[in-house]
Amino acid sequence: MTDLQLLMAGPSASRLLAEFQTPEEMLSAIDALKRESYHDIETFTPYDVPDVDPRLGYRRPKLGLISGIGGLTGLILAYGIQWWANVYSYPVNAGGRPAHAAPAFILATFEGTIVGAAVSAFVALFVWLRYPRPWAPEDEVEGFERSTIDRFWIGIPSFASERDRDHAIDIASRNGALRTVKLGGA
Amino acid sequence: MPELPDDGTLSTQILSSNWRPSRWWWPLVALSAALTVLFVVGVTLTVDRGVGEWGNNIPVGWAFGITNFVWWIGIGHAGTFISAFLLLLNQHWRSSINRLAEAMTIFALVNASMFPVLHLGRPWFFYWLVPYPSTMGVWPNFKSSLPWDVAAISTYFLVSLLFWYLGMVPDLATARDLAPGRTRRRIYAIFALGWRGRSVEWHYYRLVYALLAGIATPLVISVHSIVSLDFAIAQLPGWHSTIFPPYFVVGAIYSGLALLLVLMLPVRAVFRLHNVLTDKHLDAVAKLTLMTGTMLAYSYVCEMFGAWYSGDPHEQFAMLLSRPFGPYGVLFWLMTAFNVVTPQIFWSRRMRRSPAALFIAGLLIWVGMWLERFVIIVGSLSQDFLGSSWRDYAPTWVDMSLLFGSVGLFALLYLAFLRWVPFIPLSEVKGQRYEKAREPGDHGTEPERSVA
Repeated sequence: MTDLQLLMAGPSASRLLAEFQTPEEMLSAIDALKRESYHDIETFTPYDVPDVDPRLGYRRPKLGLISGIGGLTGLILAYGIQWWANVYSYPVNAGGRPAHAAPAFILATFEGTIVGAAVSAFVALFVWLRYPRPWAPEDEVEGFERSTIDRFWIGIPSFASERDRDHAIDIASRNGALRTVKLGGA
Repeated sequence: MPELPDDGTLSTQILSSNWRPSRWWWPLVALSAALTVLFVVGVTLTVDRGVGEWGNNIPVGWAFGITNFVWWIGIGHAGTFISAFLLLLNQHWRSSINRLAEAMTIFALVNASMFPVLHLGRPWFFYWLVPYPSTMGVWPNFKSSLPWDVAAISTYFLVSLLFWYLGMVPDLATARDLAPGRTRRRIYAIFALGWRGRSVEWHYYRLVYALLAGIATPLVISVHSIVSLDFAIAQLPGWHSTIFPPYFVVGAIYSGLALLLVLMLPVRAVFRLHNVLTDKHLDAVAKLTLMTGTMLAYSYVCEMFGAWYSGDPHEQFAMLLSRPFGPYGVLFWLMTAFNVVTPQIFWSRRMRRSPAALFIAGLLIWVGMWLERFVIIVGSLSQDFLGSSWRDYAPTWVDMSLLFGSVGLFALLYLAFLRWVPFIPLSEVKGQRYEKAREPGDHGTEPERSVA
């Protein structure tokens, strides 16, 4: 790791990574760490392990609200454009049909709502996860790439003291960690 | 049933086809590229000389172009049905085939969107269908079905693309981390966006993916309903029917399932994926095919009954005489044989699990669904209200080259997908094995559930 990378890694420079063979070992290590009051834990897994979430206590994001606002915006825009085009700006009298033909406008309005809801949810994900994220400090750890293939990692971002960290290493090893890696820092 | 290997071996097995083409790849690429050339020739002639190169002539103003459009867009529906609708219903078996089905949706939509544009006559002005402020001061007429189609197809394409891509991100990261060579790793890294399987990533991802599935599901219903309105809002006998939206949606899913069978079975055989695409998957797709096929047969009967019960002599003539015994009667009976009779073999469990039977049935239904659209469109147009204006239709070689060429283009895109994209959702397959193992009563280990 170069000095520049260490600097970029910021506060997470002194963190700890522990590698596990199975999700069960990883989960038991999380439980043990939490019993010892290590609360700031993250995991890296090749697939969605649903038992991780309740242990780490993530709050449900306001996705429904964001997507709802997006959908509503799409709805208003789609209906508004149709109204503007066919009623206000350029009304065409075809066979005496009303210029403001709400049933005919429903179809494109429905599609506009869907686009608004879908795109806002997709963009929200990018913002929440700060994508794209081409480099992260973990990438410098040899073998970390197996976190997307077949290995399970726990990361603890920071510690109060070196003793604190050594204790966490001890807990991880007792719960079956294949190895622990100190990432940067003292 | 062959067992799944461990996670590492499974990843290597499935991704290895992305590093090195199978020996079937190049010959198939050559064949589909040849057909694509035919398509390019057809498109070039159509753009250069106009739709006069097609066999369309009054009263048959819509023929191959719209038939191909409805056929291709219908095929896409099975992809969304499998990936989104079955996800919401917690049908875990969908995991092995959902990406194959979603790719089919995307490429079918690429094909479908080209036909109405070519049919415009001046395809270079297609953007006039989009409401944009111009100095001409003219806007599209939203009381016409053409802008509805534009809204429906563009929405469908966009949402399908987002859903397909988002589902793929974790597997693109696996490809990034397993790929041999720096260039490959870099390319996959760009598309993987920086996915590292962080807990927070899974937390948000799971929600957004489920939400997109929920949003894509009504599209399965809405898109082909809107396409069916192109016909149903017209007065023509054989088109002017309220049964059209559900009838078209069912036919769409049915035709897509048929093509999925045609695509899935060779993929399974060539890449030896019998442990991922198991007999259970074939059985489930066959059952869905049987179900949608039966619903379609019911729609055929309803359509005929509605025409008879309406008391309208034109409707009665169109549906009860012209369709079965008119100039396209042979195609009508072929359609009935392919679409109604073929799926009946799937009442047998042995047939549902026989790759050969499934492949042939898929092929027949796929063709049968093209015939259905042709019979509806050309059959109704060629014999409308006024006997003196009846005229039969015959396709030109340009029509033929566009039809077969579009199949080639689809195959070419699909081969590229199989070559460079992780086509089995690895992370989902692995995750489901874990989920299954931790189910109580199973032989797997039950993790500690209490939180200290």
